[in-house]
Amino acid sequence: MKQNKLSYKVGQYLMFGGPGTLLFLAVVIVPFVYGLYLTFTSWDGVSATKELVGFQNFADAFTDGDYWWAMLRTVIYSAIAVVLINIVSFALAYLVTQGIKGQNFFRAGFFVPNLIGGIVLGYVWKFVFNRAFVAIFGTTSLLATTEGAMFALIMVSVWQYAGYMMLIYVAGFMSVSKDVQEAAKIDGCTSAQAMRHVTIPLMRSSFVQCIFLSITRCFVVYDVNLSLTNGDPFKSSVMASMHVYNQAFTYKNYGLGQSEAVILFVVCAIVGVTQVLIGKRGEVEA
Amino acid sequence: MSENQKAATRKKIAHVIMWIVLFALFICFIFPFILVIINVFKSKGDITSDPLAIIGAHGFTFKNFPEAMKKMNFLTVFGNSLIITVSATILTIIFSSMTAFVFVRNGRWKLCTIMFSLMIASMVIPFQVLMVPLVSVYGPVLNSRITLILMHVGFSVSMAVFMFHGSIKTNIPLELEEAATIDGCNRWQTYWKIVFPLLKPTIATVGIINAMAYWNDYLLPSLVLKKKALYTIPIATQAFYGTYSTDIGLIMAALVLAMLPILILYVFLQRYIVEGVTSGAVKG
Repeated sequence: MKQNKLSYKVGQYLMFGGPGTLLFLAVVIVPFVYGLYLTFTSWDGVSATKELVGFQNFADAFTDGDYWWAMLRTVIYSAIAVVLINIVSFALAYLVTQGIKGQNFFRAGFFVPNLIGGIVLGYVWKFVFNRAFVAIFGTTSLLATTEGAMFALIMVSVWQYAGYMMLIYVAGFMSVSKDVQEAAKIDGCTSAQAMRHVTIPLMRSSFVQCIFLSITRCFVVYDVNLSLTNGDPFKSSVMASMHVYNQAFTYKNYGLGQSEAVILFVVCAIVGVTQVLIGKRGEVEA
Repeated sequence: MSENQKAATRKKIAHVIMWIVLFALFICFIFPFILVIINVFKSKGDITSDPLAIIGAHGFTFKNFPEAMKKMNFLTVFGNSLIITVSATILTIIFSSMTAFVFVRNGRWKLCTIMFSLMIASMVIPFQVLMVPLVSVYGPVLNSRITLILMHVGFSVSMAVFMFHGSIKTNIPLELEEAATIDGCNRWQTYWKIVFPLLKPTIATVGIINAMAYWNDYLLPSLVLKKKALYTIPIATQAFYGTYSTDIGLIMAALVLAMLPILILYVFLQRYIVEGVTSGAVKG
């Protein structure tokens, strides 16, 4: 039969999967592999020769103090932002699934920050922090102080992602059947107990997903970082992603920058996968 | 009052309280936008002297808009964003759904399983790991809209294939395709006449998620498009802010211009966007 011939298979694959596969390989796999090669060179981005330097870049990355400060900052920022994003979005999801008048309007409203790119959001908030808050509270701008800039970044991230995560939690709330909740109430649970012991355990997959999404997004934050603080004051709010960008494109240490990006990727992947594995282990079925 | 009535009253009060809390939160959420909007109609001096006043001391002014539009080259920039977003979204839908089709229907071919696993695995790679090699490999073809469009598509293929894969597997009965084959359709016709039209809900989801991502993306376009004439809205906003950061009235107008297109779209397509984003997130 012609269906089993190799030429038929290849033809079918190329006809349907050809363009998609080609683009995927060209922009994801080729750069990924080439990027691993770059980590072993001391390329400056311009010269024709790429000198092989072995593990020198990784050794340099491990002793690059600025990089590890940026990394530490990213971890702290992500930890606080992820917790707050999930608390806020869960609370919002709870409030907009109670059958309140206009709840669809509120849902749509909380989602608005997600429609707009991080660059624009960052500038909008820069104005709010530098002008409006200064006028309201009569203090200097938060963005001018070290802790303040970090606080501002966290606040904007929570504001930016809460509406998105809210939608996932709303889907979670909807998936918990009303029967189970009523059964719990008939058995004598208060609303709070039903929430704590019935609804939340059944929504575990929503939590796993939201936490995963918020971790992976916070870890590689760049747009808001660039437009809101640009690493200021005194480079005290440079996140890992921005450091990698600057290392490669501003200081032209392509090899070192790429090595630092790979380390960031490994850390991010480990954190994300661990969280999913822990989360999945305790999943329950209704 | 009976127990039932009491419970009903209590519920009503709870709802009123929750409504007030929600409304307060809503105001907090849109506060930054309100602030930008009230300031866009003020002169530079009025904004500096009192950013909170609803109407500036010198009254309403519209002159920030035309000036910002001209200096930002808004129409060109908007056109660039539109062309790039629309073409990349259409190509993503077509290429990924076709790839997913060949993966689902030929699940036993080694090439399909390997490629599908590779795509799934690649979804954990953040863009930051790819940006340096990407720029160095494709250095000669940068500064072109077509390059950016194809790169956008390439980065979205894996996620989109994953979503179409699930949808074809669960929603398209094989019998339907067999019937089409018996009626004389070849694979290509079967796909376009039978399978593709049935994928509409997934097409909408993939389209909405990717269109929003392309429209708002900053990092990739900023690396690919270095010429001013090719700028998209996010890059143009960033460049504009860098040049006119002291002229706060113009900045306000630029920010409003950058936000306006998608907000207008949201007013009309709100339901689809919210649904698309939800189903995309829950499946992904």
